[in-house]
Amino acid sequence: MRHALLLGLAAAVAAGVPWTQASAQMDDPVAAEFDKFREVLEKDNPAELWEVKGEQLWTTPGGPKKASLEKCDLGLGPGVVKGAYAQMPRYFADVDRVMDAEARIVHCMITLQGYELDKLDDKPFSSATHTPDPVSITTYVAAQSAGMKLAPPQNHPKEKAAYAIGKEIFHYRAGSYDFSCASCHGVDGQRIRTQPLPNFTKPEQAIRSVQGWPGYRMTGGVMHTLQWRLTDCYRQQRFPEPGYTSETLSALLTYLTVNASGQVYKGPGIKR
Amino acid sequence: MKLTTLAILAGGTVLLASCATGTGDPRAEALAMMDRDFHARGIASKDRLKEDAVMAACNKYNDNPPADVVARLQKEQLATIRYPADGKLLGDWKAGEKVAQNGRGMAWSDKGGVGGSCYNCHQIGPATTSFGTVGPSLYQFAKMRGFGTDIQRYAYGKIYNSKAFNLCSQMPRFGHVQALTEQQMKDITALLMDPASPVNQ
Ligand code: HEC
Ligand code: HEC
Repeated sequence: MRHALLLGLAAAVAAGVPWTQASAQMDDPVAAEFDKFREVLEKDNPAELWEVKGEQLWTTPGGPKKASLEKCDLGLGPGVVKGAYAQMPRYFADVDRVMDAEARIVHCMITLQGYELDKLDDKPFSSATHTPDPVSITTYVAAQSAGMKLAPPQNHPKEKAAYAIGKEIFHYRAGSYDFSCASCHGVDGQRIRTQPLPNFTKPEQAIRSVQGWPGYRMTGGVMHTLQWRLTDCYRQQRFPEPGYTSETLSALLTYLTVNASGQVYKGPGIKR
Repeated sequence: MKLTTLAILAGGTVLLASCATGTGDPRAEALAMMDRDFHARGIASKDRLKEDAVMAACNKYNDNPPADVVARLQKEQLATIRYPADGKLLGDWKAGEKVAQNGRGMAWSDKGGVGGSCYNCHQIGPATTSFGTVGPSLYQFAKMRGFGTDIQRYAYGKIYNSKAFNLCSQMPRFGHVQALTEQQMKDITALLMDPASPVNQ
């Protein structure tokens, strides 16, 4: 069933059906088709494939140190995965900084399993032929918070600072086109071409920066995390590239997630 | 050079002199953090993180600087506009349509300036329904604003440097940052201004 749908989708994409033009125009038959695909896919979510792989990677000894990630502390104590994703980004005393989920997972892969950051961030994002391990693991971790309310803590001074700094970075205009995140995500009801742009400064729309991520992206058929989404928006913003799992991205994710606090996270999803 | 030392205030004074980690000033910490975290990729060099005087004023005043700052900086931006030496502002609207449609250019995945990405933000020609809404509709632009040389100059100038007319505009400065060539800007101006362009039907 899933394969038939994906094939149908692939065929539609190959035939040049413009998905990106669809969803803003609800009277458009292509948009209706897309929503039908998404509904059926959500019942049989392709993200589950990466969830399963991520769980294996979490529990199986690996890396130069031949250790599993089961002692990794995601903020709720070593090995506690349930609910952890919904309570990140957060401050971690061992590194004295705020980390988002993927940053923390990569940190654990380095400290517990002995991987090197240089290798992990060489090609950190998924392609048609390769899904990096942190992406699968983040998908697994995220799934263990499905149905829970987002509650990124704002207690430690560095957590409060990350929010304030993230807000500044969100509004910082520079680059060849003078854009900031807010140029595209700071006003209600705007579109780039026909892609709707959520206004992340508003709580009811900020949830869209978290909901459905990590997400199976129909364009290209790959699994992506928020590290990828933000990095690709910086490309569109005509900025240089932010470091993978850098504090800048954790600060932005703190700003976005705290804005969405209290709303229910549904787990890994599907993106256009 | 440190980004923080380059953040120049609208008034010309240096805003942040030194490394700002732990000062408790979110803006200073944000600048220091970005300076640490970003790296050049492809054509997107790291100095793109720097604000010029316009961006510094817009960032500092949340896109709403005091009137005197706006007046002074808009005048400076106006002075940057180089109108075509041959005095001809209108090129070929058909070529202009192609440049307006093309959303690529200046990103690290590009080789340089390519298109104007005008349809990303504006309705323009009637045939394209997949237009963005960040900017106002430009459909029937000259029909409504007039076909005269003054409006031609305004359209060309707006494309060249949008900030000369609206300091904290969300529209890029395509000529000023050399994202578009003079010929491309003439062609797009024709798309908006030529009586034969579908925009003005
Ligand atoms: C030039 C326009 C532009 C800029 C600047 C921009 N974005 Fe985006 N962003 C988009 C578009 C278009 C989409 C939708 C892409 C899609 O649906 O495939 C998007 C999607 C997103 C999403 C996912 C929303 C969802 O519904 O899943 C997040 C999160 C996001 N952007 C964050 C940011 C942040 C943070 C910044 C600044 C670092 C930023 N964006 C800058 C255009 C932009
Ligand atoms: C990222 C968004 C964006 C892009 C890309 C963009 N614009 Fe704009 N444009 C705007 C906004 C917002 C305004 C209204 C505010 C202002 O006047 O600065 C505007 C205003 C204008 C105006 C003035 C309209 C009037 O009635 O005075 C013209 C002309 C114009 N744009 C042409 C273009 C052309 C041609 C291109 C492509 C080369 C382009 N724009 C690309 C956002 C954009």
